Amino acid sequence: MASFRLHVNGKTTTVSVEPGTPLLYVLRNDLELNGPKFGCGLAQCGACTVLMDGKPVRSCVTPVSAAANTRVTTIESLGTLERLHPLQRAFIEEQACQCGYCGNGMVMSAKALLDRNPGPSELEIKQALNGHLCRCASHNRIVRAVQRAAKEMRS
Amino acid sequence: MSVVPDVSRRDFVKTGGALVIGFALAPRVALAQGRPAPLPASLNTNRMLDAWLRIDPNGTVTIFTGKIELGQGIGTALSQIAADELDVDLQRIQVVSGDTARTPNEGQTAGSLSVEQSGTALRFACAEARDVLVSAAAAKLGVAAPGLTVSDGAVTAPGGATATYWELAGSAGLNREATAQAKPKPAAEHHWVGRSVPRRDIPKKFTGGAAYVQDIRLPGMVFGRVVRPPSPGARLRSVDEAAARRLPGVVAVVRDGSFLAVAAVREEQAIGAREALKRSARWTETVSLPPADEALYRHLMSLPVPGQTVSEKTSVTAAAPAKTLEALYTRPYQCHASMGPSCAVARWQEGKLVVWTHSQGVFPLRAELAKVFDMSPQDIRCIHAEGAGCYGHNGADDVVLDAALVARATGARPVKLQWMRDDEFAWEPYGSAMVMKLSGGIDAQGNVVTWSHELWSQSHNTRPGASAGVNLLAARHLATPRPLVPPADVPQPSGGSDRNAIPLYDFPNVKVVKHYIADAPIRTSALRTLGGYANVFALESFVDELAAAAGADPVEFRLRHLNDARARAVIEAAAQRAGWRPSAKGDGERGRGFAFARYKNLACYCAMAADVEVERKTGLVRVARVVAAVDAGQIVNPDGMVNQIEGGIIQSTSWTLKESVRFDRTQVTTRSWADYPILRFTEVPEVDVVLLDRPDERFLGVGEGAQGPAAAAIANALANATGKRLRALPFTPERVRRNLLQVDP
Repeated sequence: MASFRLHVNGKTTTVSVEPGTPLLYVLRNDLELNGPKFGCGLAQCGACTVLMDGKPVRSCVTPVSAAANTRVTTIESLGTLERLHPLQRAFIEEQACQCGYCGNGMVMSAKALLDRNPGPSELEIKQALNGHLCRCASHNRIVRAVQRAAKEMRS
Repeated sequence: MSVVPDVSRRDFVKTGGALVIGFALAPRVALAQGRPAPLPASLNTNRMLDAWLRIDPNGTVTIFTGKIELGQGIGTALSQIAADELDVDLQRIQVVSGDTARTPNEGQTAGSLSVEQSGTALRFACAEARDVLVSAAAAKLGVAAPGLTVSDGAVTAPGGATATYWELAGSAGLNREATAQAKPKPAAEHHWVGRSVPRRDIPKKFTGGAAYVQDIRLPGMVFGRVVRPPSPGARLRSVDEAAARRLPGVVAVVRDGSFLAVAAVREEQAIGAREALKRSARWTETVSLPPADEALYRHLMSLPVPGQTVSEKTSVTAAAPAKTLEALYTRPYQCHASMGPSCAVARWQEGKLVVWTHSQGVFPLRAELAKVFDMSPQDIRCIHAEGAGCYGHNGADDVVLDAALVARATGARPVKLQWMRDDEFAWEPYGSAMVMKLSGGIDAQGNVVTWSHELWSQSHNTRPGASAGVNLLAARHLATPRPLVPPADVPQPSGGSDRNAIPLYDFPNVKVVKHYIADAPIRTSALRTLGGYANVFALESFVDELAAAAGADPVEFRLRHLNDARARAVIEAAAQRAGWRPSAKGDGERGRGFAFARYKNLACYCAMAADVEVERKTGLVRVARVVAAVDAGQIVNPDGMVNQIEGGIIQSTSWTLKESVRFDRTQVTTRSWADYPILRFTEVPEVDVVLLDRPDERFLGVGEGAQGPAAAAIANALANATGKRLRALPFTPERVRRNLLQVDP
């Protein structure tokens, strides 16, 4: 066991865990954040995606030691039900899911995309999300949601 | 017969000042003479009005449904139906679903039946409840009921005097058996039904809300993981349990026969202990699996399983065939492959078990758990919480038994147990591999005169409750195993292995025969459409093969053999929207295909045209665009319906182009997404869906309507593009390339 200082969603916390503990379990179980999901534990599906210093990472294979002293952002910090982030609003307005289990990863990778490219083409959106799996097959709605959010964020 | 009060429900429901005083889910059959009068849909088996809804003094309406949310939007659709019949704002409706202590027993949420069964029941129950409430208002206001109007729960007399549902909650009684005498509203009076109301389950899913069973956290809860055998035939010889117990955080190691599992204070500790147990476990494995690839299909056909005639129609007037064709189609084992591995939370307290589960059938699950633990079902409560989309019977039920077995060893500490990715891939019950042998003949005019469809398939329903025995995975691994009793096939008219094998076309001579393989080493169960996907793939491919033999356009050929007006309408609508050009030839790399089915021959009608592109060098197939038309009777939520069809088309595209379970003679070797690729964003077709609303027709299930036609439309498009027909799923690049190189006989 070792102590790690984490900066998650603007708050600083210290956790005592094994250094190799995947960040995902710290976020879900110690910080009680629901957004990042366990999908595969293999960095294959993207459901666990969070931002580390603004870059999307797979929290299921990111050791907590690597996350210490970085800025970790989860979907919880984008917006709330009352004050939605444009991406959250767009995913809701486009009804861009069925089960929604993959949705966290989609939103977080889209956030990273729009932060670096505010006006992505349809192909750029698809390429940015290509490492994310969706089994209900809401892909086209997800792409439309990202386009809608991009438009809103530009105006 | 006497009435047994449902004590568990009374225990769990705090009614306060609500309209409902006591619950009685069981029908009061003692009062009826003989058999009770039949009531519509699920109301027939859950006959009390208060089993379906409750009016609360705080201005809310709670509806109870046995159907659960799978991401298909059922909670929203049902609330639309209830709000319309009751004349209340949608915001007032709360939905309680899938709780053995609180909701009606509606069996499984499966078969695209939720709106048909639960929606119809709620529609009649709410219409009748409105009558009861209006009568109570009339009594209170001292006026005749017919003169009253209702707006958002406020009942108003001609003079302006008003009584609200919320005031009447205490006096009007819904604790009565439904009669279904109150007529539901005509479509023209619907305010909510027919509108694309946003789904109620979505906002929390994009804001980090507690939306899934995975998000449940109970005081003192620990984390469980299961250590599955390496193969279906494996038995556990030895394992170093003591070493695992010494690992940090480990609370319990459970071994019972070949069932092995662990609980730890922290999730990563449970995962670590699982790895340690896997390393020390010694198993005896047996070569028990069938051969893979092409040999699998020969194996299935060689099993000593006699054919059963499913349907036979003969005509003495039809002409003899001038030309006959025969073709063999195959479909491999395919995965549900949910994004979230199956998960459950279990808690034992004073000999009673409570589980939170994403099972599609909390009541059948409860009955199965009662058998394993030799308990009364009354001492078990199963509460639905959403999971990742399941698309049928995946590990959802199995993981509940795992969690309950582990929680028995953790004292009062509840256990949240989630499968790892490899548990899900290796142990979920797959959609069955199938073989379809089609033969048919056309007369001199190119009309179909004979048609035969013979199929080989394992079970498509080994859900809890499908047969005697216990249909939960761990039960077969226990020291005293409680194995599954091989279930019978799902009978026609909906069918299981033979679902959609009977053509809807008006062919004069038809024979459908199934070889139902009831028991097999590779576990199978319900995957969206059951046998429908493979049967429609084969049937609609073969229709195109006969159309080609007749020199006919595929759309015209279908219409020529169909009298069903609604079937014709979806075919015409899809062809029109797609800009279908009769008898257009593909150019070697691009082509277009058409297909149609009425799901189960009972539910929604769906037709579609698919455009594909083939890279001849590599064999890579891309589906560029799919245009579909759907008739599902009255539409409750148009966007919800489009979402189901879109998702069905794209999911089926993935099944059709990419998916098959890998295995050797001992082990399933599909363990991760690397072994089981699915469609990605850059591969997804554009989808355009036309809805044919029929507001005066009854609801027809839509959730599984698209998968079969999508597979066949892609197959037909590929044949149209290249002139070479592929009859073996999936259409992987290697298989397509090989097929292109083959010289026609």
